[in-house]
Amino acid sequence: MASIVCVFLHSFSVPLKDKKLLEVKLGELPSWILMRDFTPKGIAGAFQRGYYRYYNKYINVKKGSIAGLSMVLAAYMLFNYCRSYKELKHERLRKYH
Amino acid sequence: MNENLFTPFTIPMMLGIPITTLIIMFPTMLFPTPNQLINNRMITIQQWLTKLTSKQLMNTHNPKGQTWSLMFISLFLFITSTNLLGMLPHSFTPTAQLSMNLGMAIPLWAGTVVMGFRNKTKISLAHLLPLGTPTFLIPMLVMIETISLFIQPLALAVRLTANITASHLLLHLIGSATLALVNISLFTALITFTILTLLTILEFAVALIQAYVFTLLVSLYLQDNT
Repeated sequence: MASIVCVFLHSFSVPLKDKKLLEVKLGELPSWILMRDFTPKGIAGAFQRGYYRYYNKYINVKKGSIAGLSMVLAAYMLFNYCRSYKELKHERLRKYH
Repeated sequence: MNENLFTPFTIPMMLGIPITTLIIMFPTMLFPTPNQLINNRMITIQQWLTKLTSKQLMNTHNPKGQTWSLMFISLFLFITSTNLLGMLPHSFTPTAQLSMNLGMAIPLWAGTVVMGFRNKTKISLAHLLPLGTPTFLIPMLVMIETISLFIQPLALAVRLTANITASHLLLHLIGSATLALVNISLFTALITFTILTLLTILEFAVALIQAYVFTLLVSLYLQDNT
């Protein structure tokens, strides 16, 4: 009886490597980040997972709308803005340049 | 102001590393592969457009020329998507770089010429002389036709580059002129309208792609069909 309860309690604790981000406690965050797969294959896998997550949520649905595509384009625009901010900040509206 | 004009055309760098390749690969994300018979709306629309353009593009070719259809469709899609993405503010257009357009034009043109020379040598050499020229003009005309043949890839590349670069520059100039004129006079309404019309006309960057592929198509057409 006690052994069954022991096993039951142990199955509550998932190993740190397999936890999702929202289930990781704040103190464990650095070790969680370091345990992620940073090989090229791992990074490619992460990008693929992210792509398919977005695709299946917004585009690969029965009645997809223009919002799925325009969110991607808006993010692309924002990325380019951040990339060229250094040159853009000289074009602010001021009296003397 | 003088330096700002051409900064949209510099190689995009992020932390000192050029990310041009990533930006060139970005349009691939916008064309998903169809998996089923009936797909989601985005893929259906893209399939419909692709079928429309491929039929329009390839129906003047014989079966031998139609083996090039995959090449032409991917070229068309690439240039269209890259040019249209360049219409977004602050984005970088790879096709505004002469190096890239030369890299697209020269191999394709050379492929068509070599194919014509290998398969139908006499006919492709005969193209160098238009029909019905006076005999004493023949040497000069052959030279002129050879020069015009070799100018074709250069014309293809420079046409695309110059169009995209010039239109982007024009939009920048007119936009900054509008902003500068807001405090001075209300002709800005007129100028903003000019920007609007220019933008609409610029959406015919797609028409430019038509020009590109059609010119390519014309040269292949000539080689294969006589």
